[in-house]
Amino acid sequence: MALIEVKNLEKIYFDGGVETPALRGVSFSISEGEFVAVTGPSGSGKSSLLHILGFLDRPTKGEYRFGGKTIDELSDIDLAKTRNKKFGFVFQNFNLLPRTNVLENVKLPLLYSELKEKVQEELAKKAIEAVGISHRISHLPSQLSGGERQRVAIARAIVQNPKIIFADEPTGNLDSKSGEKIMKIFQELNKIGHTILLVTHETYTAQYAQRILKMKDGKIANDVKVTNQRLVEKDGFIK
Amino acid sequence: MTLKNSLKTAITGLRVNKMRSALTMLGIIIGVASIIAVLSIGRGAQNLILDQVSGLGAKTIIIRPGREPKGPSDFSQLLSDSLKERDVKALEKKSNVPGIADLTPVLTTAESVNSQGETYGATILGASDLLSKILEIWPKKGRFFNNEEIKQRASLAVIGSEVKNELFGNSEALGKKIKIKSRNFKVIGVLPQKGQLSMFNIDDTVIIPYTTCQKYLLNINYYHLILVQAKSEEAVPEVEKDIKLTLRELHKIENTSKDDFRILTQTEIAQRVKTVTGILTWLLMVVAAISLVVGGIGVMNIMLVSVTERTREIGLRKAVGATNKDILMQFLLESVILTLFGGIGGIIFGVLLSFGATFSLSKIVSLGWNFTFPITGALLGLGVSACIGLVFGLYPASQASKKSPIEALRYE
Ligand SMILES: Nc1ncnc2c1ncn2[C@@H]1O[C@H](COP(=O)(O)OP(=O)(O)O)[C@@H](O)[C@H]1O
Ligand SMILES: [Mg+2]
Repeated sequence: MALIEVKNLEKIYFDGGVETPALRGVSFSISEGEFVAVTGPSGSGKSSLLHILGFLDRPTKGEYRFGGKTIDELSDIDLAKTRNKKFGFVFQNFNLLPRTNVLENVKLPLLYSELKEKVQEELAKKAIEAVGISHRISHLPSQLSGGERQRVAIARAIVQNPKIIFADEPTGNLDSKSGEKIMKIFQELNKIGHTILLVTHETYTAQYAQRILKMKDGKIANDVKVTNQRLVEKDGFIK
Repeated sequence: MTLKNSLKTAITGLRVNKMRSALTMLGIIIGVASIIAVLSIGRGAQNLILDQVSGLGAKTIIIRPGREPKGPSDFSQLLSDSLKERDVKALEKKSNVPGIADLTPVLTTAESVNSQGETYGATILGASDLLSKILEIWPKKGRFFNNEEIKQRASLAVIGSEVKNELFGNSEALGKKIKIKSRNFKVIGVLPQKGQLSMFNIDDTVIIPYTTCQKYLLNINYYHLILVQAKSEEAVPEVEKDIKLTLRELHKIENTSKDDFRILTQTEIAQRVKTVTGILTWLLMVVAAISLVVGGIGVMNIMLVSVTERTREIGLRKAVGATNKDILMQFLLESVILTLFGGIGGIIFGVLLSFGATFSLSKIVSLGWNFTFPITGALLGLGVSACIGLVFGLYPASQASKKSPIEALRYE
């Protein structure tokens, strides 16, 4: 069964009387365990799509089923709970809480769960270890490099072992070497079973995924399997 | 989110901006401190005045000549000679006022008293020997004058401790002569240190027979007041009524509004003091309340700024699973904690302030003005500050909770 299923999804922004259509009928589905990249030029509706899929926004029209349930059946509280337990988000500008150390930043989603304090601590440390920044655990975001910050954000995204990770231009603010490391982490996360939806406007970065959805003017122009997937070696060199 | 986590989050939020939090609290601190100070200083002042006026004991009744002034131009003073010997005689009759235990006419005047070249400005009290019983002042040396001596208009004096010290120092005063208005009086008694008793400061007083005072010092045929002691506290209202009836009959007064005397009981005096200090306290409380509202508006202002500044944080929290209620709670708790701590600071500050005021005032007026911790004020201050946090924090918090996650994440 498909994890994500959208049919004729439309999104129109109403901004001071001006209508901006961002999605004009999008249909596709994503199965569990897939690594999908969404590409396309700036303004083609990639972020709008990610926000709707990630329950951060509601569509104007069309159907969205997650795990078999349509979004219309879910209350705002259900949406918040799903974001908390089943989704992980990684943004281009990291969105870490300033003046809050790495451990507390990673713990943030756990504060909104019902997990015990001790379990929270364990999960956060495990996630921090998984992205390889245990040595920075009590540093503040301002004391970290861009690549390290994005790893903290990834740790935060995976701390509750979510079904799917939504990443919007996660390498957009990073140099190519740090970006590569981030992509390696995503591939490893995918390998251990996380579904990943990666938004990027760089075709180059999209090549790390197994499947590419190419968007244009709010529609899917192309849906292709990646035949020559870029794999990152343990030492970080591209094969 | 659990309450514990909400609290932790809110406190972290406040600590990140320590200076701003402290400044915001200042408004609340000042407001609560003034409530505390007003309440406790007001209470202290009231007790002080009550101590002063009710130093006579609850059984004592004062009859003054003249009418209760009805306005600034009321000529009630014209009737100030209305209490005379016949009034005392009438009141002394058991058939007229059965509830009276003792009574004495009283005359007061201020004169300089001389002895062997020393001079002291004293209060002269002309009274009968019963004054000693009514005020419970017994000479520590010597005696009071008796009834016989009063009838003879004897020139005898019982002096207060301060008068004795100023005129005689450590040497013996009994039997010595003192001169008041070129008349010699023989000192027959010295009073112990007593302090203020109602309107009398016994220590700087010279007590002489009222007859002597009337004839030789003042040359009048009326009294300044009549001091009455009822048999018991319960008898006071009855005695008051009987005195009125007796005096009205004697003065042929039919319309009670034309009374040419006034009766003051201790409960009445206490009531008046309480009314006046009560009104003052309320007025000051209103001022304090206004400053609290201003403080509350300051809290709301800062919370709105904080919500705007932290738009991205709100978006992020929502993205990782915070519900609207979680966000509402976070910001509401922030403002309540802010005002609660402001309230606690205000209580500490207010208590110090009123303690300091009490201490220095009791030094200035050299009276036992006891400091009492204003528990009511403290609880009120805490409750009010928490409410202010709730009321003025609600709008900013609901603004925060209504932010949509994507708008918030997009915010630059
Ligand atoms: N909140 C918004 N209000 C109005 N228009 C918006 C809003 N968000 C996005 N848009 C518009 O929707 C279109 C798609 O935007 P977006 O999904 O961000 O594209 P992408 O991520 O591919 O660059 C753009 O034309 C953009 O200007
Ligand atoms: Mg975008």
